[in-house]
Amino acid sequence: MYFFDPHIHLASRTTDDMQLMAQMDCVAVGEPAFWMGFDRSGTNSFYDYFRQLTEWEPLRAARYGIRHYAWVGINAKEAEDVGFAREVIAHLPEFLDKPDVLGIGEIGLHKCTINEVATLEALIDLALTRGEQMLFHTPHLEHKLKGTRMILDILRNDSRMDRSRVCIDHCEEHTIRAALDEGYWAGITLYPVTKATPQRAADMIEIYGPDQILVNSSADWDPSDPLAVPKFIAVMRGRGHAESLIRQIVYDNPLKFFTQSRGFTFKPLE
Amino acid sequence: MPTPLTAAKLLDREFLEIRAKLIDLAASLDRIQRAPGPLADDPRMDKITQALRILAAHAPARAEQIEVLFSLPYDEHWQ
Repeated sequence: MYFFDPHIHLASRTTDDMQLMAQMDCVAVGEPAFWMGFDRSGTNSFYDYFRQLTEWEPLRAARYGIRHYAWVGINAKEAEDVGFAREVIAHLPEFLDKPDVLGIGEIGLHKCTINEVATLEALIDLALTRGEQMLFHTPHLEHKLKGTRMILDILRNDSRMDRSRVCIDHCEEHTIRAALDEGYWAGITLYPVTKATPQRAADMIEIYGPDQILVNSSADWDPSDPLAVPKFIAVMRGRGHAESLIRQIVYDNPLKFFTQSRGFTFKPLE
Repeated sequence: MPTPLTAAKLLDREFLEIRAKLIDLAASLDRIQRAPGPLADDPRMDKITQALRILAAHAPARAEQIEVLFSLPYDEHWQ
């Protein structure tokens, strides 16, 4: 079954992974800008990273027949220094105008500090001023519930928001309902220990239905699985769910969400 | 959305995995208990005990309840 992985960090994966993903029928990925495991030392470091996401990674993925779409932004872990963040944000329009760039992401909260909120609000303002889609990272572990609620509060304050163009990612059982009830797309991340499993993702879809839900691997430089989406497909098949339902979640939904971005060009497969 | 498998079929499929996870959990708690040093006032042990009570209860949405148990409080007047 053809599938998208709408949130994966190919910059931290080898081409071995891309080869496996392609063999499992991955046709496209979304790669948000994220924390590389250490705090970057300057704005040039971010600039080079954005170049990597928008120039080099698409070439690497294309060798395996995988279309690559990037999000650019400053991640929550590097958002505490608001002045520095604003310097990085000033570079974003150059990359948002490039082909195959979906919008601003992954942005969000980490420890839910006042400074993180200030940076996030600046990013949201840029996105809404330019009409960009947004992809939100919700915090890990004990911060997830509080951080998700805070993100939703911030978004609710802005009347320019088109909620159908926004994804609240890394949802789990205690946050997914709020994201969906408020009209956003909900991302379920299949990632060991700190996020969900394919089985729990299937449970949430059985409870809330398949509409406006994306599943992704968020595979990165830590122990994680670039084949998490095919494993989810296998779990859903094992439970007896219809192929059309599974295809909706892993192909039609990402296609529908990404199509709203002016930077997205993709020829749907038959 | 209807779930294709019955409760009985799900239990058939998942029983051994549940059993394995419970044993893993029990082994982790044994390991902590066997190790030297006090833990009397560590709030995480109390959270673990509360989580085990949630598991043992028959109320639905155990996963959500446990996640909330391990979550920081949210102040709706934070802004």
